[in-house]
Amino acid sequence: MRAAPTLAEGFPDLSGVTVARQAHWGRWLAAAAILVVLAAIGRAFVNGQIEWSYVSRFLTAKVILEGIINTMVMAVLAMALGIVLGVIVAIMRLSSNPVLASVAAGYTWLFRGTPLILQLLLWFNLALVFPTIGIPGLWSARAVDVMTPFLSALLGLGINQGAYTSEVMRAGMLSVDAGQYEAAQAIGMGRLRALRRIILPQAMRVVIPPLGNEFIGMVKATSLASVIQYPELLHSAENIYYANSRVIELLIVAGFWYLLVVSILTPLQMLLERRFARGAAQVAR
Amino acid sequence: MTRPLVAVRSVSKNFGEFCALDRVSLDVRAGEVLCLIGASGSGKTTLLRCINQLTSADSGGIWLDGELLGVREEGGRLHRLTERQIARQRLKTGMVFQRFNLFPHKTALENITEGPVQVQGRSKQDARAEAMELLGRVGLAAKADAYPSQLSGGQQQRVAIARALAMKPMLMLFDEPTSALDPELVGEVLAVMKELARSGMTMMVVTHELGFAREVADTVVYMDHGAIVESGPAAEVLGKPREVRTQSFLSAVI
Repeated sequence: MRAAPTLAEGFPDLSGVTVARQAHWGRWLAAAAILVVLAAIGRAFVNGQIEWSYVSRFLTAKVILEGIINTMVMAVLAMALGIVLGVIVAIMRLSSNPVLASVAAGYTWLFRGTPLILQLLLWFNLALVFPTIGIPGLWSARAVDVMTPFLSALLGLGINQGAYTSEVMRAGMLSVDAGQYEAAQAIGMGRLRALRRIILPQAMRVVIPPLGNEFIGMVKATSLASVIQYPELLHSAENIYYANSRVIELLIVAGFWYLLVVSILTPLQMLLERRFARGAAQVAR
Repeated sequence: MTRPLVAVRSVSKNFGEFCALDRVSLDVRAGEVLCLIGASGSGKTTLLRCINQLTSADSGGIWLDGELLGVREEGGRLHRLTERQIARQRLKTGMVFQRFNLFPHKTALENITEGPVQVQGRSKQDARAEAMELLGRVGLAAKADAYPSQLSGGQQQRVAIARALAMKPMLMLFDEPTSALDPELVGEVLAVMKELARSGMTMMVVTHELGFAREVADTVVYMDHGAIVESGPAAEVLGKPREVRTQSFLSAVI
């Protein structure tokens, strides 16, 4: 048996002594202060000139519910268009072909550089520029008939989203180690197959949190389509308060639904993240 | 003399001012194991990457199995092949990387079947059966469903070797396959490579493992500043080097 090393005197053994709980006075104080402020705000709203009965009555009104559905349909479709465009533009941007790369950079520059509401108005008023649109000899129609509020909103929101998404996608692709692309090449894959099978699935892991962010932004950005008469949630709420003048009540109704939708989206994002985390080492938190 | 499997003739490659390869010529016969040794930056890796066309040579030619790689001669000029043609030529070589480069989102088995199924269009069933056989050969049959992050470096590199073999290459290229490994894991990878060499695979190995070179290599090539300084049978180059530069490199390494 090995002899224990001789230790210096004066340092008692503390291994059995329990550690006392800390008092955390600051936390109690802060919580109390915040409760007082919240109570004051709550009281102000209860006593303010808000007819809460209107809020509860219109919360589940048919027009409002239809508005939510239209909002969600538009958000999902425009986001899908944005992701498709974003992936294509990101691949173009990273291409060695200088023409494709500059077209991609130009697209991002143009659609990120102008306000979304302006783009929506431009699409909606396209008929002022091109009275008829179509493919010469094949098909043509009056622009006023084609550029409905729905299509204008979809194009405006989707194409604008594509510009932002392309940068998110590009960051995701750049985050994948260059060795992955070489390994894919070494087993005989071409560029596009390597992107689809090897690079993009790995990029997705990095890209989902910012894309979730973008989608939440999109749900709320659909409210801008109210200016071009697309019957989404805010537009429905506005139509009601134009008639009954209960402005704040209906804005609260709309706000409630936006908040609810976004609250549901957050856990969905976590599910997606888990799906694409396959093979990733568990990172210590 | 029979035609060599690999013929490298006057290959040069510059990265800007830096001369990575300076008129390199060599032959590799079928079934031969050739080890490339030399200090880092001497061009060994660049030579391998040129053979696998991950890098394209500035001048000179490389023939594999009698086929000129990466370019085609027509009307007294060289024309680059298309990406598709290069991908087809690459199928004849398997590459093992220093940093393994396994696909992290796929299991060991999926890493191996990816090429046969996606590129060669073979049935999933066949590819899986053969991948299991290869995993057995590298001693990892039990790890088929493990993701790379769940494997040690040595295990990852053995899966990477199996992945390259799954394409049934006629030439295996190893780029410092044990340099990124903890010392205790080097042996298991070298053992797999020795078994591969004994089975008659043609191999080009960039390595710092002189013991492995002495034991397994038929030919050892010493490179310095992008040029071949000395090459010959392993026993001669490693045992009785003729060139002063080879001697000083070997004495510094051992």
